Amino acid sequence: MTVAPNIEAKTTNKRKGGVSRWSRIMKNLTFIIPLSIFIILILTSIFAPFIAPHDPEATSLTERRLPPAFIEGGSTKYLLGTDSLGRDVLSRVIYGARVSLSVSLMVIAITAGIGTLMGIASGYLGGRIDGFLMRVVDIAMSFPGLVLAMLLAVALGPGFFTVVIALSALGWAGYARLIRGETLRIRNSDFVAQARISGASSWRIMLRHIFPNVLNPLIIIMTLAVGMMILAESGMSYLGIGIPPPTPSWGSMVSDGRNDLDVAWWISTFPGICIGLVVLSGNFLGDWLRDKMDPRLRQL
Amino acid sequence: MAEVLLEARDIVKHYPVTRGLLQRTVGWVRAVDGVSFTVEQGKTFSLVGESGAGKTTIAKAILLLERLTSGNILFEGKDVYKFSAAQLKTGYRPKVQSVQQNPWSSMNPRMRVRDIVGEPLFVNTKQPKKEVYDNVSKLLDQVGIGAEGMTRYPHEFSGGQRQRIAVARALALHPNLLVLDEPVSALDVSIRAQIMNLLKDLQTQFNLSYIVIAHNLATVRYMSHGVAIMYLGQLVEYGDTEELFKNPLHPYTRALISASQLTLPEDAKDGAKQIILTGEMPSPLNPPPGCRFHTRCAEAGELCSKEIPDMRQVGKNYVKCHHYK
Ligand SMILES: Nc1ncnc2c1ncn2[C@@H]1O[C@H](COP(=O)(O)OP(=O)(O)OP(=O)(O)O)[C@@H](O)[C@H]1O
Ligand SMILES: [Mg+2]
Repeated sequence: MTVAPNIEAKTTNKRKGGVSRWSRIMKNLTFIIPLSIFIILILTSIFAPFIAPHDPEATSLTERRLPPAFIEGGSTKYLLGTDSLGRDVLSRVIYGARVSLSVSLMVIAITAGIGTLMGIASGYLGGRIDGFLMRVVDIAMSFPGLVLAMLLAVALGPGFFTVVIALSALGWAGYARLIRGETLRIRNSDFVAQARISGASSWRIMLRHIFPNVLNPLIIIMTLAVGMMILAESGMSYLGIGIPPPTPSWGSMVSDGRNDLDVAWWISTFPGICIGLVVLSGNFLGDWLRDKMDPRLRQL
Repeated sequence: MAEVLLEARDIVKHYPVTRGLLQRTVGWVRAVDGVSFTVEQGKTFSLVGESGAGKTTIAKAILLLERLTSGNILFEGKDVYKFSAAQLKTGYRPKVQSVQQNPWSSMNPRMRVRDIVGEPLFVNTKQPKKEVYDNVSKLLDQVGIGAEGMTRYPHEFSGGQRQRIAVARALALHPNLLVLDEPVSALDVSIRAQIMNLLKDLQTQFNLSYIVIAHNLATVRYMSHGVAIMYLGQLVEYGDTEELFKNPLHPYTRALISASQLTLPEDAKDGAKQIILTGEMPSPLNPPPGCRFHTRCAEAGELCSKEIPDMRQVGKNYVKCHHYK
């Protein structure tokens, strides 16, 4: 009952400059830095042929495991050193961004898209549709992903799209379950009842009322998935069912360099740093996006 | 007498109580158990009762959010449940709108005010966006919210302002009937009168009919023409509001009136006898036999626990009590 005046006070006192300037700068940095990292990585992967100093697949048996330029024994020819086949690590990291980012972003777009559609339909429409879809989700979630990935690799042959399909085939189920739960909560809310009283169709309610209100958890899960998918792709590379060599991906580079970690740490460290950067940036960016898209948090 | 707009005929709503893995039905919540009333054109009909009496269930049935177990709802003389989907869409839904109790949850937090108030227009008319927004700004004006609120979000408003916005949304389609489920009980006491005045003004301006739901009789006296007192899924007394206050018939009504007057201790003057309700309302899962109120009634006799009283006319109003024979 007494919340009303407080809320009013909150909105009239929009923070402007002054006291909170420092915290505003900090707040902005937490999205400017990760956003820049993302933009740089995406530009890098698009323009890889122009940026990479060498052919990422060209081997040079006389220049194997050369250390990075800033370490004794390194040369400026290979800024980040070479791997066990004498390939330029920098060029491979640059080309690897292409594979890793596009696998990850494609898988997320597919799984989040399907999962959100199914979760909202299941939760809002309920009844038999819900019963059926949730059984499918149960099956998808209990199915061993690795087995499916291997089967697919055998059936389709290893390659970019095999990896995308293998990671998407089961990945949507988690989204569907999460979104269904949120939908169930929102469909019983007063504002959905009000929309029905206004005569809104189920379609409109799902699109205009449910969907915008499941965005918060969806964005969080999607941004966490950026790193997870890159790691999953490396796992598949490690098992030989990922993107086949010599095409570089960050995941396959990390696993290639594992055996040489004591003598040539740079082979897996640089792609590893890239994976870490993407995971971190994804999380920060997710937080920021969520705040931006929520009108209640937007102007704080 | 004014024309009857809506009539509830012996409406019943039982919710199943399920238990266990197989969702076996183990009982029924008799939320509404045979209620009849009429709402007249341009008048306010109030439903008053304690929490759990079944008031919201009736509102939901009228708004077609829940299907009745049995009974009929007649709108302009026609059975609403016999309407086709198309008839509902043009002949009922737009004419019966509502304002809910809680202005904090009745609006999508991710929509702007102009889209919230405009939603009934977007859904029911073919008006282009610009025309809808023009209408929204007029509606907001009518409820005392400036047009600068159009592009803002609900959280930027206070409870009272939000309730005004909710009223604007309810008026968008020029309805005949508004169902107001405790429209002011979530608001600050100081703001309640403002909203009630607004509703009263709008009623005369547009010849609106209201169904007002409240658990406090004081709220109701100010704005209603007819009133029904509800207890455990049934009406115990109904009729003209002024008459009911002047000459309450049912012991439960008298208890409610005395409770609504008991605001400060010094109000309880020596003359006015205070009737204080003791105990809780019994569960609607298993309502008491006979008169449902007898377990808490100071005047209950032997008959009250055995036989269900009939609704009968006493003076101007109607009452369901064995003491009037
Ligand atoms: N969906 C439901 N399933 C089962 N029981 C329900 C359901 N909705 C309401 N009830 C029960 O029906 C009875 C009447 O509820 P209702 O919400 O109509 O009461 P009310 O008079 O509006 O009370 P309040 O003043 O608290 O809003 C209550 O006992 C409630 O628990
Ligand atoms: Mg209620």
